[in-house]
Amino acid sequence: MPVLRRFRSSIAAVSDDLVLEMRGIRKEFPGVVANEDVSLDVRRGEVHALLGENGAGKSTLMNILYGLYRPDAGEIRLNGKPVTFSSARDAMRAGIGMVHQHFMLIPVMTVAENVVLGSEPVRNGVFLDQRAAMRRVADMARTFRFAVDPDARVESISVGQQQRVEIMKALYRNVDVLILDEPTAVLTPQEASDLFEILGTLRREGISIIFISHKLKEVLEIADRITVLRRGKKIETVPRQGATEASLARAMVGREVLLRVEKPPAEPGEVLLSVEGLHVRDDRGLEKVRGASLEVRAGEIVGIAGVDGNGQTELIEALTGLRKAEGGRIEVGGRELRHASVRHTLDAGLGHIPEDRQRRGLVLEFSIAENVALHDYREAPDSRWGWLFPSRLIERARRLIEEFDVRGGGPLTPAGALSGGNQQKLVAAREISRDPKVLIAAQPTRGLDVGAIEYLHRRLVTERDEGRAILLVSLELDEILSLSDRILVIYEGEIVGEHGGEVSEEAIGLEMLGGGQRQVA
Amino acid sequence: MTEPRHDANVSPEQAAQTGTLAARISLTHRAGGVAVPVVTVLVAFLMGGVVVLATGHNPLLAYRDVFNGAGLNWIFHPTTNIADTAAYHLSQTLLATTTLILTGLAVAFAFRCGMFNIGGQGQYFVGFYVANWVGFALEGMTPVLHILLAIGAAVLAGAIWAGIAGVLKATVGAHEVISTIMLNWIAIWIGEWLVADGGPLQDPSQPFNPTSKAVSPGAQLPVFWGSQSLQGLHIGIFIALAALVAFWAILNRTTLGYEVRAVGFNPDAAAYGGIDVRKNIIRAMAISGAFAGLAGALDMLGYIYQFSQNDIPVSAVGFLGIAVALLGRNTAIGTLLGALLFGGLLFGTTHGLTSNVISPELAGNLTYIIQGLVVLFIGADVLILYLWNSRRRGRRRRPPAPSAEAAA
Repeated sequence: MPVLRRFRSSIAAVSDDLVLEMRGIRKEFPGVVANEDVSLDVRRGEVHALLGENGAGKSTLMNILYGLYRPDAGEIRLNGKPVTFSSARDAMRAGIGMVHQHFMLIPVMTVAENVVLGSEPVRNGVFLDQRAAMRRVADMARTFRFAVDPDARVESISVGQQQRVEIMKALYRNVDVLILDEPTAVLTPQEASDLFEILGTLRREGISIIFISHKLKEVLEIADRITVLRRGKKIETVPRQGATEASLARAMVGREVLLRVEKPPAEPGEVLLSVEGLHVRDDRGLEKVRGASLEVRAGEIVGIAGVDGNGQTELIEALTGLRKAEGGRIEVGGRELRHASVRHTLDAGLGHIPEDRQRRGLVLEFSIAENVALHDYREAPDSRWGWLFPSRLIERARRLIEEFDVRGGGPLTPAGALSGGNQQKLVAAREISRDPKVLIAAQPTRGLDVGAIEYLHRRLVTERDEGRAILLVSLELDEILSLSDRILVIYEGEIVGEHGGEVSEEAIGLEMLGGGQRQVA
Repeated sequence: MTEPRHDANVSPEQAAQTGTLAARISLTHRAGGVAVPVVTVLVAFLMGGVVVLATGHNPLLAYRDVFNGAGLNWIFHPTTNIADTAAYHLSQTLLATTTLILTGLAVAFAFRCGMFNIGGQGQYFVGFYVANWVGFALEGMTPVLHILLAIGAAVLAGAIWAGIAGVLKATVGAHEVISTIMLNWIAIWIGEWLVADGGPLQDPSQPFNPTSKAVSPGAQLPVFWGSQSLQGLHIGIFIALAALVAFWAILNRTTLGYEVRAVGFNPDAAAYGGIDVRKNIIRAMAISGAFAGLAGALDMLGYIYQFSQNDIPVSAVGFLGIAVALLGRNTAIGTLLGALLFGGLLFGTTHGLTSNVISPELAGNLTYIIQGLVVLFIGADVLILYLWNSRRRGRRRRPPAPSAEAAA
């Protein structure tokens, strides 16, 4: 039984030898041309990034390659030979593997069982050879440094490890081409860098990787060549050398994109949000915020930098009335809000763009108009004496759709039908239109593409200049650095550092990991 | 009549993300339109027909007799003359429909708040008992006031009964399915005790007979089709129809309904919006129970008037309400159609059946077979959805999916 043929024929990295060619691919869905005359070639042992905004046709192209869709026109050649796939099984047999954003693993089975599922080694033609399976998976995990225990149950391992199990599934089937659909979207920065190391190893073994992404930075970090799609068409394929974030963003969006936020110096006014000695516990009773204090003034953006899980979520939930704080003070515009309900914080002038727009920010089944009214449905003009006026909701939604350039539907379209960027614009539109004194923006651009990020960043600066106090909480250090007038660093529930807008990434990075003044002191 | 926003272009993955029961059902709705309930009924009838066939009878003739038994052949020769068999049968079908509309709404309303109210039967009973008690105890009151008072008290009793399950869920997280089932049994045994010999509602003029006193004539609902002595159709049907309109208006035109639906679809987002999720759980359950309590009141004041211990175990209108609501997809118009269907079945397979094609023993159970199949099929929404989608894929020969990109 062949274990890993890759070992026997290790091929020099990045040759010009083409493993895959897609020529003139076209795919049309009712009303949408998802791919138009797209060509792509992938060399043996390269990481080839497929870059584009949401809806640019990346996933469609890869689903065609993986046999899930049939192209309306065009040709696919694998190792020089034309192929047609009518199912994912065909594609897999030909040597193409794909790791989707949503993993297809069975939680109660072990890593090894998941890896071999569907192509289990058999003994005497009948019996499942459990031991052989285990051995092969363990071998593979070791040689590629996957750091996954083959005996562990999938439900007990982290998301990053689950993703590696998906990759192992593909490798077990001896793929030549591995497609990864936005693999870092679900990973923490540390897990992402582990993934990149694994991809480096795979590349050296001669496996070609197609890496779907809309994040410029990581594409420049990992890819050998980059193909940019825009509105279903291929714009260019460029080598990493010579490509810059600005050049890629221009190709993706089709116009010059301001990656650095242009902002005049802040003119901070009175203190609008003041937090003193706040203590908050999470659902399990662990103290996640431990005596945090901070102030945000009118007309400034204060960024909170920190590694995920250091109390950011609990801090925001306490500020917005979604979670009870144990001790300390919260004041918005001079009103004490530590014991306030969500409704009271709203009335006090707090706006909140939540970190998870689909779980919290929107009722996806509700129309845009109904979502726009989520805070105000109880008040005139939306309602009177408990009677709701849908026409007024619709009218307001129409206004906000126009003002905030929400695309993809009208007032009666369900919010779930909008793209991620437009959903976020809708949330921002609702919160900003309530004219809040203090706006809390948590991960405002997570999962969004360049164009939407640019829009939201500009909007936050505009709102700052309107005199709002803005508290920005983000795991993206770049976002914090480019937007904030002041930066606070949170570590294990405490604010451990404070900086002006101009500060080096390294200084903050050190504090985020707990190596700041606490150790000095 | 229901939400125009149920457009076809939401990707099922997105709708499923919030994961609540209501969200899942809403997803099924969009995927299948009105087709799923229709297919469900057809398949249920088909399988019911197989049962009839297996007993050696002709299913087509059997269903024809059920159709006539329900009085639906009335539409071929409409008449207001209640002496006509078809007209009489139709009036009896509508009597059952009145009850089922309300017990259906009792399930549908809780469902829209993300809860499954299995306790319609118990809530119906408490309304039934209270209406009986107010109906006979205040004999001599002005008739209109007496009726209103009896109905109001029964509605309140139903609301409180269901509200108990709501409070338990909101405070200690007890699942409403479990607590409402337990409340059903409590209601049943309270009823047995109420009319047991010496019980508070028992008729002392008939010692050792476990029967309640009869509702006084002043509290009885006027009959407008047929005669009171022959169980004519009372004005309660208009109250039930008004309840349908109220159900729709509350859900779609009031802030209360907005809150109920927001909590039903996504409690996290509702809380973020400033909606008190616990309050809505209690309130939605109470409103559900009010519908069921109203059903009990209309039955008691409309044509039953008094009840005995033997009447309690045979009543299943509360449970039929589950099938009515599920089939009607928890909408007002759907509940009306579901109630008509089951009302017709209920009478058409029992008292209305004048057939020698199938035996009455089998026919009466046909309703429950069909009911069971409907609940099974609607409960297995994922299966129906799958069948529906694969059928559609086959027809269009392409996947449904630019939304897959939009979802990314």
